[in-house]
Amino acid sequence: MAPINFWVLDNFWAHLALFGIAIIAFVLLMVMVFIWFERRAFGPFQLRRGPNRASPWGALQPVADAIKVLLKEDIVPAVADKWVHFIAPIIGFLPVLLIFAVVPFHRGHGLLPDMNIGILYVVAISALGVVGVFMAGWASGNKYSLLGGMRVIAQMVSYEVPLVLSIISVVLVAGTLSMNGIVAAQEVPYFLLMPLGFIIFLIAAMAEINRGPFDLLEADSEIVAGFHIEYSGMKFAMFYLAEYGHALAMSAIAATLFFGGWKGPGDVYLGILWFLLKIFFIFFLLIWARVTFPRLRVDHLMGFGWKFLFPLALANVFIMAAEVIFWGGADGGVPWWVIFVNFPAAIALIYLWSRLFKFGGGRVDVTA
Amino acid sequence: MTSRLDGSGLGLLKGMAMTFKHLLRPRITTQYPEERLTLSKRFRGYTMVWDRERCTGCATCAKSCPQGNIEIVTSKGADNAYVVEKFELDSGRCIFCGLCVESCPYDALFLGMEYECSSYRRGELVLSKEKLLYTPDKQRSAYARPKLEPALPRQTLLIEGDRGSKKR
Repeated sequence: MAPINFWVLDNFWAHLALFGIAIIAFVLLMVMVFIWFERRAFGPFQLRRGPNRASPWGALQPVADAIKVLLKEDIVPAVADKWVHFIAPIIGFLPVLLIFAVVPFHRGHGLLPDMNIGILYVVAISALGVVGVFMAGWASGNKYSLLGGMRVIAQMVSYEVPLVLSIISVVLVAGTLSMNGIVAAQEVPYFLLMPLGFIIFLIAAMAEINRGPFDLLEADSEIVAGFHIEYSGMKFAMFYLAEYGHALAMSAIAATLFFGGWKGPGDVYLGILWFLLKIFFIFFLLIWARVTFPRLRVDHLMGFGWKFLFPLALANVFIMAAEVIFWGGADGGVPWWVIFVNFPAAIALIYLWSRLFKFGGGRVDVTA
Repeated sequence: MTSRLDGSGLGLLKGMAMTFKHLLRPRITTQYPEERLTLSKRFRGYTMVWDRERCTGCATCAKSCPQGNIEIVTSKGADNAYVVEKFELDSGRCIFCGLCVESCPYDALFLGMEYECSSYRRGELVLSKEKLLYTPDKQRSAYARPKLEPALPRQTLLIEGDRGSKKR
């Protein structure tokens, strides 16, 4: 493949402007597609059709929603901390955009920089979103939104640990922190090499983006709408955007780390198509989990994170490290046949830990 | 019965398999304005149908109406029979109980098969005898009129896998 030689790629500011706009456009467009895709996928899961009124297949439904939400009145509560209330949605949404700076869409390219510590940057930035959410919960001056904010802090701190540990196992095997390097190192997709790591990453990611069974911070039936209860109009749209943007970011990272990113059969220019396909596959898994599982209780959420995911993630790191040391080649990495070791090991570990793991505290068994 | 595998996360997989099966099943919803289900033959629906030929003006229907909703005024005609001068009911107050139809000794009153009876003016809901008059194009329900049953279309039953999706 001949290197692309546009003048924009040589000029720093032109490069920044072009690809910055490209990233923003990509995220906004994909968020719309994701909202549509999720609602459309929820339909058949619940034996109904999903949105189908606005244009064929309801494809313009997110546009209609966006227009509706933009026309709404912007209400700021009298007791709210005005500035924090105003700035919270921006801080909540910004990290989502920043993540995409290093996601490799194509062979050898992150859109903005090709950072050699890409995955570290992603972990650092994605943890920032929680600040915006907590600011929203705090500044609204509402009990429920504060509860939601508190919950999100606890949840994020708990699930960041297994998330990062499962990323560490990927980094150990790939031998690099660069997102492009990780993709390039994947001869076999890593979800086969480390099934346990993939499962832990997926569960922790679901918790991290506050959806599916882990949407405690906006649990409608308990705390109404959680942190965004006092938000309306454009600011609410920002939170909605951030939520789906985060789902998109996590899907993109999972596709990069475990499914080999832009790798796929065919021409290298098809890389971005393969990448999008993998993103949609991961997102479908998230939808599937969300539609299946009921919401966790708060103490069960904490117990699950610390007592189940955390030890298993540690075990996964040790297993992968041992395999890299004893079976790894000269340039790191593990041979493909560790699949046959790691799948039984994953099943055995999950089974074993489920025997040891019990929900404790707060549970009262009433017997006659 | 407890198995050795209980509580080991197998239930989660079972749940996901179950929801995936749902994904492949036909939907149960009806896209209402375009698709309509065929109603029961004995549906008690909108617009009573009144047969001028059969009605003798006995006003049994008016007496049986729990709402006191049917207003009927008669006068003496040529051969000493009643002539119905006014037959009026306010369908906004009607509860579609069907007692008037059941009580009619001459099978002159029928319930309808319509259910889209909303209107912008309350006055439009008051139906005079011209609006209620039987014409062959009016769909009559077989409620309390079993003789009408064979002519009516079969009800769509969801249990038979029939989505009843007839397009208009």
